[in-house]
Amino acid sequence: MSGKHVEKNQPTSFEFNSVNLEKINKILKKYPSERKKSAVMPLLDIAQRQHDNWIPYAAIKKIAEILEMPHIKVYEVATFYSMYNLAPVGKYFVQVCTTTPCMLRGSEKIVKLCKKYISEKEGQLSSDNKASWVEVECLGACVSAPMMQINDDFFEDLNEETAIKIFEGIKSDQLPKFGSQKGRIGFEPNKRLTLVKN
Amino acid sequence: MIKLKVDGVEIEVPQGATVLQACEIAGKEIPRFCYHERLSIAGNCRMCLVEMDKSAKPVASCAMPAANGQVIYTNTELVKKAREGVMEFLLINHPLDCPICDQGGECDLQDQSMKYGVDKSRYQLNKRSVKEKYMGPLIKTVMTRCIHCTRCIRFASEVAGVPDLGTTGRGENMEITTYLEKTLDSELSANVIDLCPVGALTSKPYAFEARPWELTKTESIDVMDAVGSNIRVDTKGWEVKRVLPRLNEEINEEWISDKTRYACDGLSKNRIDKPYIKVNEKLEACSWEQAFDFIIKNTKDLSGDKVFGVVGDLIDAESMYMFQKFLNTSFKSNNIDFRQTNLFINPSHKANYLFNTTLARLPEADLVVLVGSNPRLEAPIVNIWIRKAYLARKTKVYSIGDNFDLTYPHENVGITHSAIAEILNKKGKIYESLKTSKKPVFIIGESALSANGEYILETIKKILKESNSLNENWNGLNILHQKASSVGAIYLNLMKENFLEKLNDDNNKLVYLLGADHVKLSKKNQFIIYQGSHGGLNSKIADVVLPGAAYTEKKGIYVNTEGRVQSANKATFPPGDAKEDWKIFRALSEKFNNLIDINTHEILRENLFKDFPIFKNFNEIPQLTYENLEIKNINASNNNIKINEIDFYFSNIIAASSKTMNECKIAKQVLLKTGTDN
Repeated sequence: MSGKHVEKNQPTSFEFNSVNLEKINKILKKYPSERKKSAVMPLLDIAQRQHDNWIPYAAIKKIAEILEMPHIKVYEVATFYSMYNLAPVGKYFVQVCTTTPCMLRGSEKIVKLCKKYISEKEGQLSSDNKASWVEVECLGACVSAPMMQINDDFFEDLNEETAIKIFEGIKSDQLPKFGSQKGRIGFEPNKRLTLVKN
Repeated sequence: MIKLKVDGVEIEVPQGATVLQACEIAGKEIPRFCYHERLSIAGNCRMCLVEMDKSAKPVASCAMPAANGQVIYTNTELVKKAREGVMEFLLINHPLDCPICDQGGECDLQDQSMKYGVDKSRYQLNKRSVKEKYMGPLIKTVMTRCIHCTRCIRFASEVAGVPDLGTTGRGENMEITTYLEKTLDSELSANVIDLCPVGALTSKPYAFEARPWELTKTESIDVMDAVGSNIRVDTKGWEVKRVLPRLNEEINEEWISDKTRYACDGLSKNRIDKPYIKVNEKLEACSWEQAFDFIIKNTKDLSGDKVFGVVGDLIDAESMYMFQKFLNTSFKSNNIDFRQTNLFINPSHKANYLFNTTLARLPEADLVVLVGSNPRLEAPIVNIWIRKAYLARKTKVYSIGDNFDLTYPHENVGITHSAIAEILNKKGKIYESLKTSKKPVFIIGESALSANGEYILETIKKILKESNSLNENWNGLNILHQKASSVGAIYLNLMKENFLEKLNDDNNKLVYLLGADHVKLSKKNQFIIYQGSHGGLNSKIADVVLPGAAYTEKKGIYVNTEGRVQSANKATFPPGDAKEDWKIFRALSEKFNNLIDINTHEILRENLFKDFPIFKNFNEIPQLTYENLEIKNINASNNNIKINEIDFYFSNIIAASSKTMNECKIAKQVLLKTGTDN
């Protein structure tokens, strides 16, 4: 994984909307007032969700003000965690897992399809500005490898066919249902149950 | 006390010590990069690994608390191997560009790799490279060399109190940077250069100037403020290449301000290196003989009240002493003063004009009241000590005067004299804090003493007396001087009442300025002699300019704001025809047929010690008794306490001549303009 890409064209201001401000107040109540910087991670998440799935400098500044911490300390957290985006991503943000189990089960094919259907380069917006994709490390769904995450949902048990279906779905704004694309329920073994029955 | 064994030797260490400290007490050297005794513990470089009994793995000694019964080994095969492994990892991404690195010769990584480095690398891949970061005009960055010890980050947020530095990214992509690469907004920023154990942060003005082994090192005293920081002056040939801090636990620890460190390039610019006399309204270079003859011709019959002497900011005690002697003998005049602006000083008792609490005891304070003082700009080192008090016990800091950023939280309580009267009348916030305070500290700045200073001084004395904080055990009365020469001049009693008014009087026929650049003179028909090292406004209006020596070019005694007498040493020679100031007075006195018979600096000091024995006690703070400390009743006035604007980077003639200080000033203005806006 390469270093984080930070957007050059930054918006000049950022304000939390009233719904999110209420959420923030609720989160702040969880921590003693002199330790309120503990809330930096949920606040960054709220900012990201409000601002088209990426965090501008203005939001970092705002959060630093709310939590009374130095700007750099918020920025440190935002650059440390891979799930905070510091540059615009597509409305459909595709994260393809390429760690060992997924790779063994064919994630390279999914990456190839991403290049074909979304954009040639990782992190680049697609031509219709709808989607972007990145490779990520293990998302913890090895049992249903290969898999990818689109926004908040996991799409698992992929193969080329189902992956194409998903990418087509992105174009027409009609994603298939998340979860196993093979129709497995509860991720029981693929062919037969191996645990002793009764 | 904790008992433990280090390499078979049983030792005792105080509670709370770390294994590393225990090893040091046992006399074992532990290599380290991230650990620094004045910063918090990070434990991330892993260089200080030692072997501990009952531990399967080697432990990082800097982060391991010492405990009873521990058995530590510092020189086993395992320790050596572990450290070699750590070193190999550190060197994986280090560029090994020592031949072109300014840290070369004084680099921790270089030194320690001599012992723990292996001669070849097993790393086959490309080394990472990191973009340079902008950190202002003083700090040059080569971030590829960084080993992520985070000393600079901890210094900025803990000691300097400006948490602008941080790490971005993670793992291999971790980088040290300021937020959005702005200038590090601190008067102490350049200390990170000393802290950096590798060549990642080096000095921008000193880049590629010299190698450490080429420099001649002279221990000396700083004159940029009245703190008297201990410094080391490094010279190559004639030129002062750099100034570094010298350890003094009671004054500057191991920090110095950016001005102390970088004003030194002003020593080679704007110098007066020849005598000048005014011919046809123009200053013309001449010889010493001509200059002396010109002085005699113009001042022969003057004496007594017609002759005035003004002492500048950076003058050592010996020069002032000779100056005083010279005016006394040759002109029968005693009109000498060091106060170039209005300043109330009560010399009747030493407690009235010294920083009595002393710097080293400031962290004990549980209440700090700043009266007309902005210590961050007047004396950054004092600000570190106050910040220490805040960090140690959340000391409440109040400020009477304008509002400003001090790097620690503080509360402004008005700008009028009535804020002080309120405390005396047992009212207001400060009084509420004072009631419970056991060790209160009042710091009075020069600005507060400029208008009805007597009222402020005496009232604060009264307040402290009432709260039992003006005695041998705890004296909370502090005057924060701004000029290196001030306390020395008070010791020499260079004060005259209503001096400034008389100075611009018509009666005044001769003004002798000894490096006095800040005094405002309205040039009428008086004859002005300027003797000093640098050309400024006052040397321009002078009739005669005599070239003197700067602080690095003479041996001299300076007294800091605590009353501590310290001796500065001669690191280099005055340029051109310039002479040490006492020699000029001696030569002049001979011309006036009133020879002051002092031929060497040693004899000069002997004379000074004989007349003013206080100067004999080097490095000591005067021990005061308080029985005869007078406290007067002075009527209040409606004056405001206005803090005089301080141009930190231009506060004296050497700094004002410095190119680096000019760059700092511009960088600061840019910073103020953009502020934290994106």
